[in-house]
Amino acid sequence: MDPGNYIILSSILFCIGALGVLLRRNAIVVFMSVELMLNAANLAFVTFARMHGNLEGQAIAFFVMIVAAAEVVVGLAIIMTIFRTRRSVSIDEPHLLRN
Amino acid sequence: MIILPLVEPPPIELPELDWLLLGPMALVLGAAVVGVMVEAFAPRSSRRTIQLVLTFGSLIGAFVLVVLAAGSGGPVMASAAVIDGPALFLQGGILLVALLAALTMAERHVDPSGDAFAARASAMPGSEDERQFTARGYLQTEVWPLFLFAVGGMMLFPASNDLLTMFVALEIMSLPLYLLAGMARRRRLLSQESALKYFLLGAFSSAFFLYGAALVYGFAGTVNLGGIADAVTAQPQMSGLLLGGIAMIAVGMLFKVAAVPFHSWAPDVYQGAPTPVTGFMAAGVKVAAFGALLRLMYVAFAGSEWDWRPAFWVIAALTFFVGSIVALVQSDIKRMLAYSSIAHAGFLLLGVIAVTPEGLAATMFYLVTYGLATVGAFGVVMLVRDDTGENTAMENWRGLGRTHPWLAGAFALFLLSFAGIPLTAGFIGKFSVFAAAAAAGEGWLVLLAVLASAIAAFFYIRVVVVMFFSDPVGDGPAVAVPSWFTRTAIAFGAAATLVLGIFPQPVLEWAAQADIFIR
Repeated sequence: MDPGNYIILSSILFCIGALGVLLRRNAIVVFMSVELMLNAANLAFVTFARMHGNLEGQAIAFFVMIVAAAEVVVGLAIIMTIFRTRRSVSIDEPHLLRN
Repeated sequence: MIILPLVEPPPIELPELDWLLLGPMALVLGAAVVGVMVEAFAPRSSRRTIQLVLTFGSLIGAFVLVVLAAGSGGPVMASAAVIDGPALFLQGGILLVALLAALTMAERHVDPSGDAFAARASAMPGSEDERQFTARGYLQTEVWPLFLFAVGGMMLFPASNDLLTMFVALEIMSLPLYLLAGMARRRRLLSQESALKYFLLGAFSSAFFLYGAALVYGFAGTVNLGGIADAVTAQPQMSGLLLGGIAMIAVGMLFKVAAVPFHSWAPDVYQGAPTPVTGFMAAGVKVAAFGALLRLMYVAFAGSEWDWRPAFWVIAALTFFVGSIVALVQSDIKRMLAYSSIAHAGFLLLGVIAVTPEGLAATMFYLVTYGLATVGAFGVVMLVRDDTGENTAMENWRGLGRTHPWLAGAFALFLLSFAGIPLTAGFIGKFSVFAAAAAAGEGWLVLLAVLASAIAAFFYIRVVVVMFFSDPVGDGPAVAVPSWFTRTAIAFGAAATLVLGIFPQPVLEWAAQADIFIR
């Protein structure tokens, strides 16, 4: 199968993720969309690794997974503190900072 | 006795590690790991002392190692990073900035209930738990390992020699900062909101960086910056993969330096984060991210400079104009400093656009002077307070110069340096960046930048006028008496701003000797 199709798939996933970040109002969903974007990048890395015939891209995918896991830890911690204070994770509601 | 036949395992080639060059980063990150262990095992009463010794010990040790390594250099860790002149110069700058920021973070005398951080970040704001933790005088000493991790990431960021290392360094730098931004002792809701905003937008932008890196990898077949440069020069015609990759990587980097239109997080995060963290973030992230941006554009993408330059012209011009003009209408000191830092990002982009050794040396000098003045300025902001915490509304700063001439004098010096008034370090930095950009044929852009810095000078001078030439309201602003921690930070920042403005030659020469990136 033509590996180019996987690149198209990964760009579609990336766009879905980016639109999710821009359009959704729930912090958890926004965060999931960011993770989708990271995974889209992973798919692109692995596909390009196959197309170029070297392993660099596949190794990078592992690093990205670890970084994404670290990001989840930090992100959920921040979202949890906000949730405990406000009982809501909507990113429209926090508005103390708008001037 | 059984004698097993000897089987030769296939040899795995370990990369050579040059410990002198890796030393500064290894020391800081190692101290951060030890700091995590201290949090787990040391008794609460001794944690702060141990953490302070670890933090200052590792920062000073790393700075000494950077000075010892000056002049040497080369690729390390199988070319994943390269410690060359610019990397060492910027690492030295980052360590100085971090030392001053650590001094302001260690301050305990300004706030009657403790330092600038929440007694327990996990306790709900306004809850009984929080009240008790505060009453018992708990301190959140986890901030120190987080701080050291951020410093380690900042040091790796401008030294990374491939896109993967750069991404990992970006995250090591950013993740602790997201957490630190949400840990303020006062106005905790504001602080938590700013952490959420910083985190979501930061993660969004680093996803762009990563996808851009994937596209560039697809174009070049490698993520090594030198390899990308070879692939760029080997293929002179346009490539969608390369252009898309450069654009998306640039989005990720420009977000970190707060360039327009990726700046919207900066004022909110600067305002909400604990002030010592704001100073550290404003100064350190800018030095590290511009170092990495310079390396990317000078090493990897210099071959296609005519593809990305026009976009950078527009972004630089937008950045310094929007930053300067919006700063005019700010009534909050922290927000004004945030817009000022956006304007500075625009001026610094001139050095990136130049793509000459002079541009590199000038930008590095500008970064260091800007960083030292910024930490000092936020150190002053920490001290002007009322009952509820820091008082950052500009009208409450009226007459500060009459009641507290030294403090207001230091702040005025930092502002004049930001404005680029002669005899301050900011003037030398701005002048050398503008000169380098003009020499590279960017005359029009330099003209616009001079116009923008004239606008910017107006609002800096306005604060100076408010402080020195208007009568204090009531008893005037209350100024907390700091311990020697903050005094040292402000005094060092002010001294550096003055000395680098009057005798810039030695540091300019160091920067000029370190003006070539090793591939």
